[in-house]
Amino acid sequence: MAKTVFKKTSMLTDVQTHYCPGCTHGIVHRLVAESIEELGVGDRTVGVAPVGCAVFAYNYFNCDMQEAAHGRAPAVATGIKRVHPENIVFTYQGDGDLAAIGTAEIVHAAARRENITVIMINNAIYGMTHGQMSPTSLPGMVTTTSPYGRDTSHCGFPIKMSEMLSALEGPAYIERVSVHDVKHVVAAKKAIKRAFKNQVEGKGFSLIEVLSTCPTNWGKTPQEALKWLEENMIPTYPLGVYKEVE
Amino acid sequence: MAKILMKGNEAIAEAAVQAGCRFFFGYPITPQNQIPEYMSRRLPQVGGCFLQAESEVSAINMVYGAAGSGARVMTSSSSPGISLKQEGISYIAGAQLPCVVINMVRGGPGLGSIQPAQSDYYQATRGGGHGDYRMVVLAPASIQEGVELVQEAFDIADTYRMPVMLLGDGMLGQMMEPVEFGTYTPREVPAKDWATVGTGGKRKPNIVNSLYMDPAELERMNLAMDATYEKIKKTEVKCEQYMTEDAELVLAAYGTTARIAKSAISIARKELGIKVGLIRPITLWPFPEAAFAQTAAQDSVKAFLSVEMSTGQMVDDVRLSVNGKKPVHFYGRAGGMIPTPRDIVAKIREILGGKA
Repeated sequence: MAKTVFKKTSMLTDVQTHYCPGCTHGIVHRLVAESIEELGVGDRTVGVAPVGCAVFAYNYFNCDMQEAAHGRAPAVATGIKRVHPENIVFTYQGDGDLAAIGTAEIVHAAARRENITVIMINNAIYGMTHGQMSPTSLPGMVTTTSPYGRDTSHCGFPIKMSEMLSALEGPAYIERVSVHDVKHVVAAKKAIKRAFKNQVEGKGFSLIEVLSTCPTNWGKTPQEALKWLEENMIPTYPLGVYKEVE
Repeated sequence: MAKILMKGNEAIAEAAVQAGCRFFFGYPITPQNQIPEYMSRRLPQVGGCFLQAESEVSAINMVYGAAGSGARVMTSSSSPGISLKQEGISYIAGAQLPCVVINMVRGGPGLGSIQPAQSDYYQATRGGGHGDYRMVVLAPASIQEGVELVQEAFDIADTYRMPVMLLGDGMLGQMMEPVEFGTYTPREVPAKDWATVGTGGKRKPNIVNSLYMDPAELERMNLAMDATYEKIKKTEVKCEQYMTEDAELVLAAYGTTARIAKSAISIARKELGIKVGLIRPITLWPFPEAAFAQTAAQDSVKAFLSVEMSTGQMVDDVRLSVNGKKPVHFYGRAGGMIPTPRDIVAKIREILGGKA
């Protein structure tokens, strides 16, 4: 008899996503959805979609969803969680959403130890609006709004959200992971699942920063993009656990 | 129930709790601080949640999340803070979520003053945020009326799935008056089967959203919302007509200004023998157009005078409603200055050619 060795998680809807070929959003969606399914909390999970490439995430996650204004997902999630504390609430945000327009919201949700799970996709660029410089763009990085390369004397330095937020007393768990190869995808899954498990156990605010690729706006093939992430993003954004409250 | 002496802000906050409001997200700003302060004491006593947000922007987005999760939820602020909330109010309107927003208006623009004003009329009635939407805007003239209207605001919000604004001013928020609770009879409101409370494994996911990439779909949405607004224009209009039956001159004034207008009417009638009346819009949107149109058709009426604590905002709606049938004049004080009854009487005499 044939044995099922792999199947698509029930926490993703059966639709084609709009993501570009080679984009790692699909992988991270799967990791989030699998974590929710494995913890058996899908029927009481409410997700919050951002503005950015993942804006349509409300069509992809197979649970109740709210679509937030740009950067406001942690505030929206706070409202949801405070009304139904027994529900599992997560936000899925990019670096533009979370580290630029939404800095106030993420800092204060973290400071309050809001019992939510935050998935931050860091691909160092504004993908949805076609490749502008983001707060996490690397020094020298060419984007459509830094055509001569990000000049730190003109527009400053990358914001390292995991490091910054871990300086707060509030967060329970902060880890930066990557999805550029299988080994790291497996580690990312472990971290994401733990970030959800923390919430189930009432431990409070957990954030996983996922280094991701944007082949389209980086002007690279999917394979080149994975390599570029490993060689350029990780030195600037070191992987690891930044905050852990037992 | 016996009457008790209460400050406007606190009485309105208590009335919201009695209406079933269990969630409040706010940020400090004068002259409305007693609302969040009261909620921070009161909501934990009734199993609710008060949270002081990091900004008005966050507060209104917490309201969005809570409203989308089916709660009766409110926020309050004053003019500069309400400007910050406009993004969220637009999203709330777009996602068709019910909530109540209180604006205890102060002078503007910019940081303005902390004194009472009515200069946010345009912002409130024209949809201060982006996009094609309306809010029901309720304008109480007394604390008792504020107590009743804030309860009705929640029912209106739930009935039509939209944000409702209670538009007061610094005077209404800060003054004390005797109030009685339990005078409002709640309406039947529909169940919130659209709320994101978890599927419970029993239904397809609910999605709270205002994004429509297909313009035809968004237009259908806009038209459906417009149909709701048209219905509201027929069913929710409220105004008070005061001594208009024999009036030569009809004042238009809302909120606390309407009370000053009534004093002016009394002086004009008693001391000068001029017959003056008042139309007091209680809903600023929908505007009581019919009341003005009908009064304009009345033979006795020679002219209208809109009295506002602004440089002239509601007067536009008065003119649209009177529609050229009679002249419409304006008298206003701005910046936190309050018109006196004598100021208004002087303007009345000027309009009627000093015949009295």
